[in-house]
Amino acid sequence: MAIWVGNETRLLVQGLTGREGSFHAQACREYGTNVVAGVTPGKGGTVHESIPVFDTVGEAVEKTGANASMIFVPPPFAADAIAEAAQAGIALIVCITEGIPVNDMIRVRERLAEINCSGEKSVRLIGPNCPGIITPGQCKIGIMPGRIHTPGPVGVISRSGTLTYEAVFQLTRLGVGQSTCIGIGGDPVNGTSFIDCLKAFKDDAGTEAVILIGEIGGMAEEEAACWIAGNLADKPVVAFIAGQTAPPGRRMGHAGAIISGGRGTAADKMKALEAAGITVVKSPAELGKTMKNRLGS
Amino acid sequence: MKVHEYQAKAILRGYGVATPRGEVADSPAEAREVAQSLGGRCVVKAQIHAGGRGKGGGVKIAKDPDEAFDLARKMLGMTLVTHQTGPEGRTVRRLLIEEALDIASELYIGITLDRALGRPVMMASRSGGMEIEDVAAKNPSAILREPLDPALGMFPFQARKLAFALGLQSDAYRKALKFLPALFRAYVESDASLAEINPFAVTGGGDVLALDAKMNFDDNALFRHPEIKEMRDLNEEDPLEVEASKFGLNYIKLDGNVGCMVNGAGLAMGTMDIIKLYGGEPANFLDVGGGASQEQVQNAFRIILSDKNVRAVLINIFGGIMRCDIIAKGVVAAVQEMGLEIPVVVRLEGTNVDEGKRILRESGLKITPAENLADAAEKVCKAAA
Repeated sequence: MAIWVGNETRLLVQGLTGREGSFHAQACREYGTNVVAGVTPGKGGTVHESIPVFDTVGEAVEKTGANASMIFVPPPFAADAIAEAAQAGIALIVCITEGIPVNDMIRVRERLAEINCSGEKSVRLIGPNCPGIITPGQCKIGIMPGRIHTPGPVGVISRSGTLTYEAVFQLTRLGVGQSTCIGIGGDPVNGTSFIDCLKAFKDDAGTEAVILIGEIGGMAEEEAACWIAGNLADKPVVAFIAGQTAPPGRRMGHAGAIISGGRGTAADKMKALEAAGITVVKSPAELGKTMKNRLGS
Repeated sequence: MKVHEYQAKAILRGYGVATPRGEVADSPAEAREVAQSLGGRCVVKAQIHAGGRGKGGGVKIAKDPDEAFDLARKMLGMTLVTHQTGPEGRTVRRLLIEEALDIASELYIGITLDRALGRPVMMASRSGGMEIEDVAAKNPSAILREPLDPALGMFPFQARKLAFALGLQSDAYRKALKFLPALFRAYVESDASLAEINPFAVTGGGDVLALDAKMNFDDNALFRHPEIKEMRDLNEEDPLEVEASKFGLNYIKLDGNVGCMVNGAGLAMGTMDIIKLYGGEPANFLDVGGGASQEQVQNAFRIILSDKNVRAVLINIFGGIMRCDIIAKGVVAAVQEMGLEIPVVVRLEGTNVDEGKRILRESGLKITPAENLADAAEKVCKAAA
């Protein structure tokens, strides 16, 4: 069991013929993901590394039955690519692109909300600026190294890419597998929140526990803590917040990772999570061990 | 990206936002000239990228052009220390000379992104001149927060609501109904991440204007605003950070002595955190990114080593896309270029890890390998102590 992606996923890649898109589409396929189509406007009708390419997402969906999209389109055009995928009825859009203007994301998120409200289609966006989503042993959509994952009972959600790999690697080395791992991305306006993931993990029989990796900036971790306290008593959560040593007012790499106006500090977030009964580790090196102990107890 | 007050005001005027009359001055003589053109009495304002200038002595009133000359002579070249500059302060290189107005009241308006809503929100408060964070902490109900839709713009009813909340009446009220939507349009169309008018002034004559203006911009959107990108003032930034940005590296200088080179922002922050847990102090945040080239790695290492406080370096790479052999080659090239006198601890994991480790081993460099993250942090902190 897992959430959102699995053996039934039929993936199309927007920006397939670019350097990154091409490389990662191949890596996803090697992992076992069913990559059915690529979209590059102007290259429709061609075949790229044995994957058929279409001019529009709509056409690709019609011809191949794609139900998920992975986006590698450059930042100025990425929000448009998200909107196109949503319009074409893609249910799961994973946007890897980093550096999309906030205003573009605000507009496209409004569009997704309209589509979801209309009741005709439903669409979920993961990212942008994220490593993607993987259900170990079944389906990988994104840029994470597949080999470090192994199937098992722990759901992983994170705002960071490489820090997620770190946590997953620790788990795998300790013999603890993962149900689904999701990078929700480091931008201030994104598609899927911690709470969206937590709700899905709550309902997933294959997920017994959750690792949550947050970072400074915003209030997403506090909101997640609040939700967990009221809804997730039966599944242990282990959390880490990156940026305990970050100075206020400085953007730490991710556009969303900034302590502003004295809010969004790691200390506040850790306090909120602890108050919700979550095991918070101070060191990222402790994530795997701590989760193994929680599962064993 | 940040800009100076005079630049923010120029952008805002382009959208019809009212500001005091004024000009920049780079010398006392220019200050006198501008003061003369404004009618004599004027305000001399130091232009640095930090708030709290008034309290630090960076904003003064001159009663005539000669006093403007004297004030400018004192201010230009002085080191201005405010609560936002840190103890080292900032050098004043440029002044804004503005007309001195008859101010009846000082209010506050700010626009920024509300992340929970995923929309910009305009904040209005009658406590102008104060830090909005202080107002928010002491008396949150004194701030009206109005969420706005960038696609639809500000509705007139929203402008009215804000103007009423600010207690504006008659002429000032009517003028605010033009000012507030213009400010929001400026925020949206210039892809700002912050537009703060503090104080938002009402004059005795019933005019409303932006007495001060602070704007920050979304770095990701600068590609469509070349005119704003031009406004970047490298003097206001740390020289090592400027150097790093030339190579597309994300570097932030800190006060400690353990240099860090990491891939990924989250892992970079996590690495800083674990260094601190083991008793060390990180000297920097540095994210080489997911697909760094050998040249970028080489420059990253050179920038870390050019910080004279650095006593030891930790390289922590978890290669997803990043190939460990490229990291290794970049490090070796940097060391060959500039020598290495301090210990380096390397933790490599991921793609081509064996090849990376082999390159480092065979380079003959004094590099301490680490087994995992905790081991790496312990070793580097010991080395720096």
